[in-house]
Amino acid sequence: METAVKEYTYKDFASDQEVRWCPGCDDYVILRSMQKALPEMGVKKEDVVFISGIGCSSRFPYYMDTYGMHSIHGRAPAIATGVKLTNPELSVWVITGDGDSMAIGGNHFIHVLRRNIDLNIVLFNNEIYGLTKGQFSPTSLVGQKTKSSPYGNTQPPFSAGELALGAQARFFGRISGNTPKEMTQIFIDAEKFKGTSLIEVLQNCPIFNDGAYAKYTDKAIRADRTLFVEHGQPMIFGKDRDKGLVLNGLKLEVVTIGENGISEADLLVHDAKEQDPTLHQMLVRMEYPLVTGIIRAFDDVTLEEREDALTAQVKKDSNFKKTDDLFFSGDIYNVF
Amino acid sequence: MITAIEKKKQKVLEAVVIRFVGDSGDGMQLTGTQFSDTSAMFGNDVSTFPNYPAEIRAPQGSLYGVSGFQVHIGSVEVNTPGDNVDLLVAMNPAGLKTNLHALKPGHTVIVDTDSFTKKNLEKALYENNPLEDGSLANYRVIEVAMSSLTKEALKEVDGLDNKAITRSKNMFALGMVYWMYGRSREHTIDFFNTKFKKKPQLIEANTKVLNAGFYFAETLELIPNAYTIAPAKMRPGTYRIIMGNKATAWGFLAAAEKSGLELFLGSYPITPASDILHELVKHKHFGVKTLQAEDEIAGISSAIGASFAGDLAITTTSGPGLALKAEALGLAMMIELPLVIVDVQRGGPSTGLPTKTEQSDLLQAMYGRNGESPIIVIAASTPANCFEYAYEAAKLTLEHMTPVLLLTDGYIANGSAPWKIQSVTNMPEINNNLIKEASENWHPYDRDEESLARNWAIPGTSGLEHRVGGLEKDRVSGNVSYVPENHEYMTKIRAEKVKRVQNYIPDITTEFTDEGDLLVVGWGGTYGSLHSAVKELNEDGYNTIGLAHFNYINPLPKNTNEVLKKFKKIIVCELNSGQFVNVLKINCSEFDFLQFNKIQGLPFANNELVEKFKSLVK
Repeated sequence: METAVKEYTYKDFASDQEVRWCPGCDDYVILRSMQKALPEMGVKKEDVVFISGIGCSSRFPYYMDTYGMHSIHGRAPAIATGVKLTNPELSVWVITGDGDSMAIGGNHFIHVLRRNIDLNIVLFNNEIYGLTKGQFSPTSLVGQKTKSSPYGNTQPPFSAGELALGAQARFFGRISGNTPKEMTQIFIDAEKFKGTSLIEVLQNCPIFNDGAYAKYTDKAIRADRTLFVEHGQPMIFGKDRDKGLVLNGLKLEVVTIGENGISEADLLVHDAKEQDPTLHQMLVRMEYPLVTGIIRAFDDVTLEEREDALTAQVKKDSNFKKTDDLFFSGDIYNVF
Repeated sequence: MITAIEKKKQKVLEAVVIRFVGDSGDGMQLTGTQFSDTSAMFGNDVSTFPNYPAEIRAPQGSLYGVSGFQVHIGSVEVNTPGDNVDLLVAMNPAGLKTNLHALKPGHTVIVDTDSFTKKNLEKALYENNPLEDGSLANYRVIEVAMSSLTKEALKEVDGLDNKAITRSKNMFALGMVYWMYGRSREHTIDFFNTKFKKKPQLIEANTKVLNAGFYFAETLELIPNAYTIAPAKMRPGTYRIIMGNKATAWGFLAAAEKSGLELFLGSYPITPASDILHELVKHKHFGVKTLQAEDEIAGISSAIGASFAGDLAITTTSGPGLALKAEALGLAMMIELPLVIVDVQRGGPSTGLPTKTEQSDLLQAMYGRNGESPIIVIAASTPANCFEYAYEAAKLTLEHMTPVLLLTDGYIANGSAPWKIQSVTNMPEINNNLIKEASENWHPYDRDEESLARNWAIPGTSGLEHRVGGLEKDRVSGNVSYVPENHEYMTKIRAEKVKRVQNYIPDITTEFTDEGDLLVVGWGGTYGSLHSAVKELNEDGYNTIGLAHFNYINPLPKNTNEVLKKFKKIIVCELNSGQFVNVLKINCSEFDFLQFNKIQGLPFANNELVEKFKSLVK
């Protein structure tokens, strides 16, 4: 019997532990957005599990009054997979950073996306190693000066979105660390989506990589520099809502409504549910505007659905109900 | 049926060792398995070992493409697959060349003469045909044109291509060996009927060839004697022949059923452990969940997740995989969750000898993690008792809330022997530490006073929400703590918890004698070899030699010192350079330990053990 889900407030999800991130870190925004999103999801508190790896972001589970595990570097997706396969009723969240997910945990990251198990991954991407005090990460830019690249980083970065879509991600959302309202909503949407949901948070590190996304996400310019996509809505942006995207040949192009005979009707309409990820890939790659929102949400069969169906079929076809049935079957013989 | 005259000619033997060898495509594993199963059903004690090439499809006829299967059957207790063989069946020149050294002088080799072509002889690097150059003079050679005789037997069966005909010649060889040892063909014919249910022409073909071989041997004057191996005296019960890896898998199935938990296996393929995965993936009808993970680390990590969520979680691997799992194993120890890791040891270091056996992961199992991270380590010692030690590993981890590492090895994992089938109803109870509701002032690291096991609160349970993690935790609240004294306390209590397992495991017992001149000490998969050697010596009058074989490594049984004290000399025998001996030196420092070590990827041979032990009691 399903029991009714209690009415919760964000306070129900806050643990008694003192939060120890640096002042001004976007991690605080993510934590509060999550605590606000959870009461809206219709899940029971005891069914929520946060699994993290290692890094600043991975302290997150300690601050949530739910089940949680602060595990080892890069392995959270694999641990979360075990949790979810054991109990598919749970709402399972992976908390990870750019180093945790795309360097040391790269293998688990791509495989969890490939398998499409119904869990949610929040990727805190600050393009730097924070907890180890300032080395470049797999998303740091070429030329970026860090503790381990004093003359500039020589390793080209991953784009989290491109990597994820290449790994068959069914759900990819991107959100700026300074937009808590949108972030709260995207967490709710991710939970509702059946399959692996990846949310990349463009997160500022005020200590080691301050202003990494400022040229896109600073409040003053955000409307002009970013496009927040919504399924079924035209791709329109700009402070004056006069810019949009059209497809010109094989490239996306920024156009201005009212110029060259362009009207809103000429703009691309966002289809997050399309199976073919080509356009989603193009959106992920754009730098002007930087695209945020749910870029891809393609409904597909989940791993646990496949496993459940198979198990049900095997159970139905099998004569083995107890281990005795198996142990005493086939080539057995008696000694008197 | 054996006629009365033939019966008169029969020789009675206590035990024989037979080895079937041929090309990897010749079906030697099937032939050997059929012979051992039939012998077991006849009532013999049986021990088998397969030996196949690391290459999956090695070039036909090549020396490294030889596949073999050795079976030791006896009317007496049989503990090993045997060293040297009494009968060699060689389906091709390469098989003869690579295995003749194991045949006892004067004993019989059966060869398929049709395969001794110029081409095959060249591939086997024979300059001359060994059947013609006198090099087999010390053996009794039975030359049979098996391929032609098989073809002849099948000329009236429709619907067979050449490949199907050639493939069934192994059944001709099996038929011959069945006659020689007075075995019934019934079990194998039943096997054809099941296996080829949908291909009746294959049932007919294989049965015809099996019969042809049987009758050929019966009428052949070249076979001077038939042998008989009487049924062995075995404990009454229902038996089956089981391979070690399968027994391991089944032990976990039994433990899951007994504990009322579902079984979760997270694993990555690795020789020689993969068969445990292959077996468990079949058993979805018992609710078994398996994840073939992206790597070894994900194998154990998914199992840790499963354990956190309330399953009986296991992960299976071999040495190199254990190295990769080390960090995650440390996490499981730190967060005090139940988890069984199976290491089916193989020759190391690095990639080493993947298809050969060794006991060289013991110290990795004991100490191969960062920080001070003791875990329970136990070892199975025979193919059949892999079942009970897998069960025991699950029981210990669930009852003590700390990981258990179960060591087996390639020798017992791939070997097979009769298993007296255990019904789960008769297995010991398993009490887990699951809690369903919070008592007042509950904390996730609250401990049982006796065992020090913490309680196990799983997601989905209201009121028990909590966080665990790899950081050091406060002894009371379980919250992250960097307090120096607390860290020391927690380090000690995790060690003490493992030490107290001594109070729950059986004492070590000695076999043959409780006191005397020499105590032979072993652990794990060498039991069969050591037991056979010490038994032989006792039967020959060396009755001051005892055997203590360890299955519990960490902690050691409580009475270990008392047992060692009763002997003048102690020799620790291992398939490594001396690892368990170091564990003993740390725990039993008052004794001098002699060592006998072998590091060749091979099990101990009986004669080398017997000679060594004799030399120590002179």
